[in-house]
Amino acid sequence: MPLLPPRWRLLVLVLAVLTLPIVTGVLWLLLTGWFDVVHGLLPVGGGSLENWRFLWTSVGGRPPLRIPLMNSLIFAGVVATLEVVIASMAGYAIARMAFPGRRGLLGLVLVLHAFPAVSLLIAIFYILRILGLFDTLLGVILVKVALELPLGIWLMKGFFDYLSWEIEMAALVDGMSRWGVFWRIALPMARPGLLALGTFALLSAWGEFILPFTLIVSSQRWTMAMYMQSFLSEAFTDFGMMAAVGLVYAAPVLILFALGQRYLLNIYTGGVKG
Amino acid sequence: MQVQARLAREATIGRARTWARRHLTPAAFLAPATILIVLFFLVPVVATLLLSLTDISTVTFRAPRWVGLENYRYLFRDPFLPRILLNTARYVGLTLLFNVGMGLTLALLSTSVRPGYGNQVRALWLLPRIMPPVVYVLVWQGLTREAPYGLVGILTGSSRSWITEHPWTTIVLANGMVGASFGMLIFTSAIRSMSPELFYAAAVDGATTWQTVRRVVLPLLRWPILFVTAYQTLSLLTSFEYILLLTDGGPGFFTTTVWSLHAYKLALSNYYGNVQFGLGAAMAAVLVVIGVVVSVLYLRIFNFRALIGEPKIEVP
Repeated sequence: MPLLPPRWRLLVLVLAVLTLPIVTGVLWLLLTGWFDVVHGLLPVGGGSLENWRFLWTSVGGRPPLRIPLMNSLIFAGVVATLEVVIASMAGYAIARMAFPGRRGLLGLVLVLHAFPAVSLLIAIFYILRILGLFDTLLGVILVKVALELPLGIWLMKGFFDYLSWEIEMAALVDGMSRWGVFWRIALPMARPGLLALGTFALLSAWGEFILPFTLIVSSQRWTMAMYMQSFLSEAFTDFGMMAAVGLVYAAPVLILFALGQRYLLNIYTGGVKG
Repeated sequence: MQVQARLAREATIGRARTWARRHLTPAAFLAPATILIVLFFLVPVVATLLLSLTDISTVTFRAPRWVGLENYRYLFRDPFLPRILLNTARYVGLTLLFNVGMGLTLALLSTSVRPGYGNQVRALWLLPRIMPPVVYVLVWQGLTREAPYGLVGILTGSSRSWITEHPWTTIVLANGMVGASFGMLIFTSAIRSMSPELFYAAAVDGATTWQTVRRVVLPLLRWPILFVTAYQTLSLLTSFEYILLLTDGGPGFFTTTVWSLHAYKLALSNYYGNVQFGLGAAMAAVLVVIGVVVSVLYLRIFNFRALIGEPKIEVP
């Protein structure tokens, strides 16, 4: 850790200038939806609830908001749950059990962690068609979980490596099964890790765009990302309403950020890929 | 006799148990992960290669024919190929430069001020990454609108959207602001773990802050910088999400179309009426092969274990 240079306040100023675009962007998002017209960050003309009519009516042939909202909640919730459970099972096996092929598996997980999974999208589209899972929420959920598993397994393996092995050993000697040890002893001890991976998975699934955009067609199965994109791709964009929709969509993220930015910073420092 | 038989039987059961413990239990723990990874990683790698050898398209989806390397030959005859290659190089190169440069700047500056300020700045830089990409792009579009509406438009006095006027600048900046936090966090951990004695020693020797950064910190950051560069090169090469949302490869003809976006559009968008799935797969196959080779190479060079290391998630 470097020492504090004498003129560090000047550096704070430089940092503030560099970070200004981000703050400006957040302000624009918080502000624009509430007014008729906004010039830059200055509201011109009166306030407007017209921008928010998507809350109670369906706009321009789109499904009503509750459908994509519900789909996104299901999508993010199921993805995070599955990812945490499946990754900790596999991570636990790699951290605690000796089995043939363990080293090879660890190597595979690491290679896949660096491998850019988006390049497989075309083949995944084809495979979902064959499996009959194309245009279903379940299909996209499975794909999203699978693509994030290498990261999750690696993270959870690290967590279990970190836990002391004595309590588990004692339980095994007392005749508890591996399965019982995993559920009743190891998982509760790894709670911080589960929470970290769960938070990451929730955020990542909530924002996911390219997978549902590619693998879902019916508007009944749209997620929030697709609902928003349908506004973005219009020829004449109604920025007021879009900012309102965007604010609704981004609200959980902004709230989480406001409440737990230190926690998020720790999670993302812990080796989560970007 | 009976005792011997029982002993033998128990030995068999014991062996069976050992076998089960060694094979079945780990297999049960690993089964769900293995199924998903095989289904959506390993099979797609093979499928991409196989599909690229067929003429599969909307018309021939049910009964594709083998065409050998025809798709690849077609690809190399494509008059737009040089343009797409140039775009890809430009996108990866410039974004990488911004990502690593900005990540390094933020890490160096934010570790040289009071920790409270440093953390605040780093947290804010996480926002572009955790924002849903669609909302992030909306904010960019809103801020870069033409003169009376968008802030950038007001500042530059332009009557056109900045995205159509300077598509490349927008793409690099938008991608870069998402990517910079990756390097920022890795460099910050590296800087924080440097021993304070180094800095005391430098101070005692009368080194200025800049000299300390130049002669002490930067040399120690050599490996993290190389790692971030290598890692992001590979992900940028295949990423197209923000380009798709910001410019959709335009404005005009292929202005900002990169390799991965072109592959995606050939295979999966109805833009050309008949979707040329096989051709798109051939373009994707090139990326998949590069991806496999390079990520195996990274594992060897970086000994990932040391760099990603033990995940250190500290919970306050």
